Amino acid sequence: MDLEYSAEYDAFRNELRQFLDEHKHLSPGAVARPPANREEKEDGPNPAQRWQQLLIEHGYAARTIPKEYGGCGEEPDPLKAHIIAEEFAKARVRPGHSGDNRLVPTVLELGTEEQKRWLVPPSIRGEMTWCQGYSEPGSGSDLASLTTRAEVDGDDFVINGQKIWTSGAQHADMMFCLVRTEPDAPKHQGISYLVFTMDTPGIEVRPLVTMTGEATFNEVFFTDARVPKNQIIGKRGEGWFVANNTLKHEREGLGDPHQAENRFREIEELMSNENVDGESIMNNPAHRDRLLQLQGRMLAMKYNGMRVLTSQRKHEEPGLPRWIIKLQGCELNHQMAAMAIDALGELGTLYHRSDHIRAGGMWQQRFMMDLGLIIGGGTAQIQKNMIGERALGLPKEPKVEVKSA
Amino acid sequence: MDFALSEEQQFLKQTVDHLLRDQCSLDVVRADATEKQTKNPSLYDGLTQIGIPGTLISEDYGGVGLRLLDAALIAESLGGSVATVPFIGSSVLAPIAIELAGSDEQKNVWLPRFASGEITCGVALGDHVGARDNDPITSDGASVSGRSMFALDIQNADVMLVATADCELHLVERSEVELKPLYTIDKTRSVGELVFEKSSSEPLSSTSDPSGTLAKVIDAGRVVVAADTLGAGQTMLDKAVAYAGERQQFNRVIGSFQAVKHMCAEMAAELEPCRSLVWYAAHAYDAIPEDARLTACHAKAHLAEVGRFVARKATEVHGGMGFTDLLGLHYWFKRIELNRQLLGTPEFVRNEAAKMQGWV
Ligand SMILES: Cc1cc2nc3c(=O)[nH]c(=O)nc-3n(C[C@H](O)[C@H](O)[C@H](O)COP(=O)(O)OP(=O)(O)OC[C@H]3O[C@@H](n4cnc5c(N)ncnc54)[C@H](O)[C@@H]3O)c2cc1C
Repeated sequence: MDLEYSAEYDAFRNELRQFLDEHKHLSPGAVARPPANREEKEDGPNPAQRWQQLLIEHGYAARTIPKEYGGCGEEPDPLKAHIIAEEFAKARVRPGHSGDNRLVPTVLELGTEEQKRWLVPPSIRGEMTWCQGYSEPGSGSDLASLTTRAEVDGDDFVINGQKIWTSGAQHADMMFCLVRTEPDAPKHQGISYLVFTMDTPGIEVRPLVTMTGEATFNEVFFTDARVPKNQIIGKRGEGWFVANNTLKHEREGLGDPHQAENRFREIEELMSNENVDGESIMNNPAHRDRLLQLQGRMLAMKYNGMRVLTSQRKHEEPGLPRWIIKLQGCELNHQMAAMAIDALGELGTLYHRSDHIRAGGMWQQRFMMDLGLIIGGGTAQIQKNMIGERALGLPKEPKVEVKSA
Repeated sequence: MDFALSEEQQFLKQTVDHLLRDQCSLDVVRADATEKQTKNPSLYDGLTQIGIPGTLISEDYGGVGLRLLDAALIAESLGGSVATVPFIGSSVLAPIAIELAGSDEQKNVWLPRFASGEITCGVALGDHVGARDNDPITSDGASVSGRSMFALDIQNADVMLVATADCELHLVERSEVELKPLYTIDKTRSVGELVFEKSSSEPLSSTSDPSGTLAKVIDAGRVVVAADTLGAGQTMLDKAVAYAGERQQFNRVIGSFQAVKHMCAEMAAELEPCRSLVWYAAHAYDAIPEDARLTACHAKAHLAEVGRFVARKATEVHGGMGFTDLLGLHYWFKRIELNRQLLGTPEFVRNEAAKMQGWV
């Protein structure tokens, strides 16, 4: 046990702090507002893209992506990645990204050379944005039952079917998508992983309004949409395995402990600053005790994150501490938002830019969005199945025999 | 940056676990509980042979000179086996108090005897961790008077460490104290009421900050109690998972029912981060003073909550069997419950954590 950072890492952290001091005024606001639809995009890099470019130049974004694909080409160093996440969170500055944390690692791992050159550089510059076309109306948790099909016709796949809950499809440039290419194969072996532009003729995006009142996700319909055959990642029928790769990267992104710590600080400020009947909420012992309980959970998850980080540095499989992050982290975030709403009381129900609203309605948004994240990316129940089966070794449920009529 | 146990620490834990597996079976615990025995002689001997009572005592005084994180690992093992031996009071709180507040002479006199396992020490801090039914301890410098409740590790103890209401620490010979055992739900550990009437005492007064010293002693105790709960909770979870993988109903093992699987997953998801919290709190005590008190409070409070949850769910996974005396799961359940209340209830320590952050 040694939580000191060696001189190399201290220096790295100091440089980063200095960079943030000098440049943080250039960072776009913490909450990104994407353009309402793809047609409205402006020419030239927007502030977010310029910020990303600056971060890449200084080695604070796309760190481990090889230079030939536009990244910084650094050796993977989980500790430096941790320092970057921590310092950006502390400074409340929007961190950089590595393109799309699901797609880019997948392409780098399983794509062809040509695909890497085509997809990775613009993605990490933020010029090629992505949406994930996995879920379908009939296939959510049971993703492998998906039925959107792609048939080969000449040099193309021809896609027909429907995706749903596709976040950001209305402004994404590209989709990575699971389609059934081998209808006669067993369900996990008949799927392929395709990437294509959202401008492809035959794709129709219909926004779906969520409980937050905004359309953050969509239905996407495919009618004879043609995608060149070489836009498959991995081989035909191997899409399930390619996708699992993506899901692994996604799960790790959800439930990030740095975010939870920041949130905790925000609630603390809120409770110190808000008054009820002329008294600070912090003076109310019931509220305060809840805050303390959340602090205990938040710290446990923070140190759990340090443990995972240590395993990764040693190239060891973290096991259980990693399996639980999505479940516990998303739950904690939701509970923190709930706490903030309760601290606000009636003010916590104000919405739509109402008078007296606090923090622009951020907590109300989060309270709902976080529930979405408990469901999305593998529901809490599916997480528990995985913890039970893969981490604890409990048996799977017996398969139900499908009786043919 | 390396947030993990060292090889030595892993080895230490394995060694203690190994010994407990051999010498602290459920049958042993049950027999001890029946006989109200909380210092099993052969088990205590075994632990003494590997140096456990001297864990925190420096080598100058015949101890092993390890740190609180090591003591926490030992406590985790002891909790895991619901071991019927003194540890938290006698081998953690008392040696720390003497190291922090004793004179050189007192250290010379007492610590080697603790380290060798020759004597054990009861610890009475009742005035400072949720006093009830007590009579505040006062002192005239050479004797103490008053009553302290829920003193730890008192059975067969040769000497008692007592904190006065003014935060002085005193050592009192067993013969000077009226000792009344309190029988709690947890029969694996000894707690009791100590009555002092002008009992001649030896003040530990080589500290310029008595209240700060006492607070440090309590921090250490809280971390180690939390570690005991961690171990007890882990055993309950392990037993639940094993049972769920074995027991059949409706022609399938019950662990394949989601209701059961999800109980197990929830226990694991709650308990696993607790391990990191306990490690951190213990390490902070050893090396990061600015975080020590806050994380000690959180470890104590959070483990109390998670411990109770795991104790209850693991019992449920076992069905009726979980509720029986026969299976013995209740020894862990009860140990976790006692731990929850010792050295400050969760609400009480969370309030302390609020105070130290300026929130009250
Ligand atoms: C905010 C948000 C964003 C999303 N973004 C995307 C996206 O960009 N791309 C994309 O492809 N998808 C996206 N999704 C879809 C998401 O992945 C699915 O909603 C999720 O996998 C659950 O599928 P479902 O909605 O069909 O629910 P169902 O699978 O029908 O689940 C309904 C209920 O049944 C439970 N259940 C189902 N199967 C089991 C089981 N085996 N054991 C126990 N319980 C079970 C679930 O836990 C849930 O409580 C998003 C969802 C949300 C909420």
